[in-house]
Amino acid sequence: MRQGYQSWVFPSRPVIAGTSAIGGPFEAQGPLADDFDILHGHLMIGQDSWEKAERVLLEEACDKAIEKAGLRKEQIHFMLAGDLMNQTISASFSARTLAIPFLGIFGACSTSMEGLALAAQLVDSGSADYVLAATSSHNAAAEKQYRYPTEYGSQKPPTAQWTVTGAGAAVVANKGTGLRIQAATIGRIVDMGMSDPFNMGGAMAPAALATIETHFRDLQLPHDHYDLIVTGDLGKVGHSILSELLPQHNVHVPLERYVDCGMLIYGDNPTVWSGGSGCGCSATVTYGHLMRRMKEGEWNRILVVATGALLSPISYQQKESIPCIAHAVAIEADK
Amino acid sequence: MADEKKKNLTLSQQKYQELAKRHEPPRPLVRNFTRAFLVGGGICLVGQAIQEIFIRYFHFTEKTAGNPTVAVLIFISALLTGLGLYDRIAQWAGAGTSVPVTGFANSITSAALDHRSEGFVLGVGGNMFKLAGSVIVFGVASAFIVGLIKTLIKMGG
Repeated sequence: MRQGYQSWVFPSRPVIAGTSAIGGPFEAQGPLADDFDILHGHLMIGQDSWEKAERVLLEEACDKAIEKAGLRKEQIHFMLAGDLMNQTISASFSARTLAIPFLGIFGACSTSMEGLALAAQLVDSGSADYVLAATSSHNAAAEKQYRYPTEYGSQKPPTAQWTVTGAGAAVVANKGTGLRIQAATIGRIVDMGMSDPFNMGGAMAPAALATIETHFRDLQLPHDHYDLIVTGDLGKVGHSILSELLPQHNVHVPLERYVDCGMLIYGDNPTVWSGGSGCGCSATVTYGHLMRRMKEGEWNRILVVATGALLSPISYQQKESIPCIAHAVAIEADK
Repeated sequence: MADEKKKNLTLSQQKYQELAKRHEPPRPLVRNFTRAFLVGGGICLVGQAIQEIFIRYFHFTEKTAGNPTVAVLIFISALLTGLGLYDRIAQWAGAGTSVPVTGFANSITSAALDHRSEGFVLGVGGNMFKLAGSVIVFGVASAFIVGLIKTLIKMGG
């Protein structure tokens, strides 16, 4: 049900019946390693290309989420998935394996919450009983497509981010117990004319601001409503920008309750520059780490704001600025 | 920021970009320059040593020792790229590893490696010069123009 300009509230409060987080070797060394369901020791994951490796990540994430929801894949009515590869091949090819009716989505790194919001909407409207929302990214596959060859020796600036090798999936259900999806805000494209692909956090921060601002306005919630607000992959640079922007725009979110998945996933590791990024970043951190801590009762209400930089290598070479988007989903403990 | 670029931005975009700029950690220029100088100079020193070896032990002249020396450096660079070490050294060394001939070799080898999964013809062959190609194109084109000018001056003189 729409509320305000661009938000949905879900009266039936769809249940997140099962989630999964799959990671690669670098994620396995990070501080959140224990929150992954499966960690792989090698980037290739026994495949003969990065692209196939990413597909395996996504398939494993889907299988694991369905298994943890106590379901079989035949019971899933729809699958919503997307990734960073051209023509979202990781998602489509995984859907071929899973043989679940499939809708491909693309929101760059915001795909995780785009999928979760749509899944909740499908379930809440009675269009489906069980919907799977999944996304993935692979460091080497993304580097190869968006930037330079993976082994090319180029020095990256301190604003650059490290693409997460990982996949996350969630099964949204119309019944059962678990965390519940309360509301979602669909973002608008925000483009502040930033064009440096090595500073995505700086480009995406205004999109996150716009969505958070709208979310509170649409739902008429006090700014301290959430125990935690988490952005997808703004990294250290974007996190510090948004921390300045929020009070400037009279969104008085307690800043100690604001964190970023891109900063959580690798901790203070300086080799990832500003932090993690990629579809897998917000997906694995939310579906693995954050969900565990919510289930343990640490937080009752969180707002996940997944941010996406909707550029392509061609648009960048043609000197276009980077259009950015952010989608927010409010997740609550079952009470 | 260039004024040309700024003209196309709205006031709020300009304001935001100024704000965002403040949050950018500065590039450690002195550190980068120092490392580039040391590593780039080091590579040249190694090259010089290799050249001396060719002259002293393999009876090359100073002129003919150039080609085998470059070949050895290219080989080492390609090997380090294949072993997955070159990009790590480069992140530390910056321009120190990208400006010498080793950087050129690395750009070709890394592209070839990345696109091996698309096959030898369309993958390796079609992509190995995707970064080095522009160096070759503009190198050849500028060499042609410089050669032409030199010839014209000679004819005049």
